[in-house]
Amino acid sequence: MSTAIDATEIRRRTQELLTAYPPASTGRTDFLKARFDAGLAWVHYPPGLGGLDAPRSLQPVVDAVLAAAQAPDNDPRRIGIGLGMAAPTILGYGTDEQKQRFLRPLWIGEEVWCQLFSEPGAGSDLAALGTRAVREETGDWVVDGQKVWTSSAHVARWAILIARTDPDVPKHRGISYFVCDMTDPGVEVRPLRQITGEAEFNEVFLTGVRIPDSRRLGPVGDGWKVAQTTLMNERVSIGGARIPREGGMIGTVAKTWRERPELRTHDLHQRLVTLWVEAEVARLTGERLRQQLVAGQPGPEGSGMKLAFARLNQEISGLEVELLGDEGLLYGDWTMSRPELVDFTGRDAGYRYLRSKGNSIEGGTSEVLLNIVAERVLGLPVEPRNDKDVAWKDLAR
Amino acid sequence: MNAQNEPAQAPDLLYSEAEDDLRSAVRSLLADRADAPTVIAGIESDTPYDLRLWESLAAGIGAAGLLVPEKLGGQGATHREAAVVLEELGRSVAPAPYLTSAVVATEILLALDTQDGPVGELLGDLATGRKVAVLALPFATSATDAASTMTGTLDRTVTGVAEAAAADVLLVPTAEGLYVVGTATEGVHVEPLVPLDLTRPLAAVTLEGAAGTLLAPAERSAAAVARGLMTGAGLLASEQLGLAEWCLTETVRHTRERHQFNRPVGSFQSLKHRMAQLWLEVVSARAAARNAADALAAGSPDAPLAVAVAQAYCSGVAVHAAEECVQLHGGIGMTWEHPAHLYLKRAKADSIAYGTAGRHREAVAELVELPAP
Repeated sequence: MSTAIDATEIRRRTQELLTAYPPASTGRTDFLKARFDAGLAWVHYPPGLGGLDAPRSLQPVVDAVLAAAQAPDNDPRRIGIGLGMAAPTILGYGTDEQKQRFLRPLWIGEEVWCQLFSEPGAGSDLAALGTRAVREETGDWVVDGQKVWTSSAHVARWAILIARTDPDVPKHRGISYFVCDMTDPGVEVRPLRQITGEAEFNEVFLTGVRIPDSRRLGPVGDGWKVAQTTLMNERVSIGGARIPREGGMIGTVAKTWRERPELRTHDLHQRLVTLWVEAEVARLTGERLRQQLVAGQPGPEGSGMKLAFARLNQEISGLEVELLGDEGLLYGDWTMSRPELVDFTGRDAGYRYLRSKGNSIEGGTSEVLLNIVAERVLGLPVEPRNDKDVAWKDLAR
Repeated sequence: MNAQNEPAQAPDLLYSEAEDDLRSAVRSLLADRADAPTVIAGIESDTPYDLRLWESLAAGIGAAGLLVPEKLGGQGATHREAAVVLEELGRSVAPAPYLTSAVVATEILLALDTQDGPVGELLGDLATGRKVAVLALPFATSATDAASTMTGTLDRTVTGVAEAAAADVLLVPTAEGLYVVGTATEGVHVEPLVPLDLTRPLAAVTLEGAAGTLLAPAERSAAAVARGLMTGAGLLASEQLGLAEWCLTETVRHTRERHQFNRPVGSFQSLKHRMAQLWLEVVSARAAARNAADALAAGSPDAPLAVAVAQAYCSGVAVHAAEECVQLHGGIGMTWEHPAHLYLKRAKADSIAYGTAGRHREAVAELVELPAP
């Protein structure tokens, strides 16, 4: 390729796309397909797979031009698992055939993805998972087991799945990584009702699910390493955006405080102002992290941000329920529903209080994150472990 | 400014290359001249201050003149650089009248908006470290108290004045305005007190018929004193940050080396979690302290809030870090020989200096319109 890809060139190509496919007169899917084929979907991906091998920092240039032209987007929040977790793993470990088959419909949003990782018996200790994938003579796989905390499973076309292919070696070594067809008759999705009353997540039961070997990602037995790519991308995607002052939950409770003087007490005031300060400091810490990333000096602060926001969300929403007094005794709606997205701001304080309890559990519990900070950031010694050299089948369960 | 407003320009929360260089210079000076045994030996002697250290810091590195414009003999730098010096001083807890003289007294003189006569002359002396000036108010005084301090005559006793024993001149707020009084003047008595924090000596100052020079009338003086105390509180956050960082680093080092039950004590989860939590507090304190220093340097209208937030947050972090440092060191942390106690005492005293965290939270509540019942 002779043309160097810089901001000017990216802008030119984006204009070209808009000229060839004017958003006003082009269908949403057609426009997204054309954008993908022009390499403007995710510019850091390779040509032919929605990108141009361009620096990732040029993506905002494309997004800004397209937003100004009111071009449709791919509704990234609806397909977050596909974009944030499945795609980088497929790109990193997939065969050419797999990349060609999966990435375009994934990015366009034609095919929703979900993640079959956690199990009832394997949460923080994910590598202990027990879902079995047994190889048949044909070389294909038959999968049996149960997964849990799967968002979007009820609308997903595909899943990224890790399963045990060798129970006779230590747990990290006997795992393989697959793409699972969610329309297989052996896949059963059941809503998992949460303490909020709704079912954001699912349980997924896998019974005799057949997966052709061509849908394996990475070598047999290397699934744990492949999964690290997925999980690393999960952590990167949490806490990257810039937040305005009073941008999070503290804004809601501060607004109530200002508008409802009759609710104020001295004790609540002390706690509110303390939390306001902590929320502002967490916001500044996030801003400092962002500035470090822009300056090309990523710091380890990212590992701490999720810890800070989990605690703050819980304490602030707890305070809010108390502040509301009589109203805090009420709850919006316990009816079982299956929302596609978590929306903290559109719901009442009771919902926020209950839902935020999950913030210190999902995506790594706060206790596990503290271990990660202690060991990887501070360099403290790991605890002695008795599971590293024991075959998975001999572990206590 | 109301709660939702914030400066259009995002604050620069990073360190520049020049700031990193300044940090290295100060750190190596303090490593040479103020290691823990030296500081411990000094605090019970008659001369807690190491004059050669002060000369090297103030004049050699030029740290005392960072806030003073070049035409007055200073470095013409900003609060961002002074904050870096304070981080290093917090890390070493070496006795040096930097915060009181090179920051608070200097800032007050700069805020008098006159560089003629005695003010400019004194600024030149402070900038080179030839003289040390302290504000003759109790160390606990916060910026919100400034207006109420402009009372009485020069004749007074003020107790709990930080680093008065090292001072050549005192800045004394009176009903008439701000006076400057030399400590060697007749009628000036500086009586050392027994401080909780031996690394920042306190004294009772008594003035009886002492002669002084009036620098500015009351109203302007009150604004200048408020500005000086706010700046002191804002940059104290950087001292607290440096102090907390030392405590965390030393605690991690100790718990990696100390073995009990045939393993490093730092491998126990109950200890690891405490240190990881502390790390999170330290990185948060850094963001808060940099934000305050940057707002002061920029003269931002957001500075009062940035300072109040930094002080409301960093005070507690420094105390927590020092308390954890003592506890996680076990018995050695309770000894006089180990420096942990110096950090605990400094942290606790700092949590009162220029207003407690609670006072600063009150300021936050007012600034962001979250009124008490």
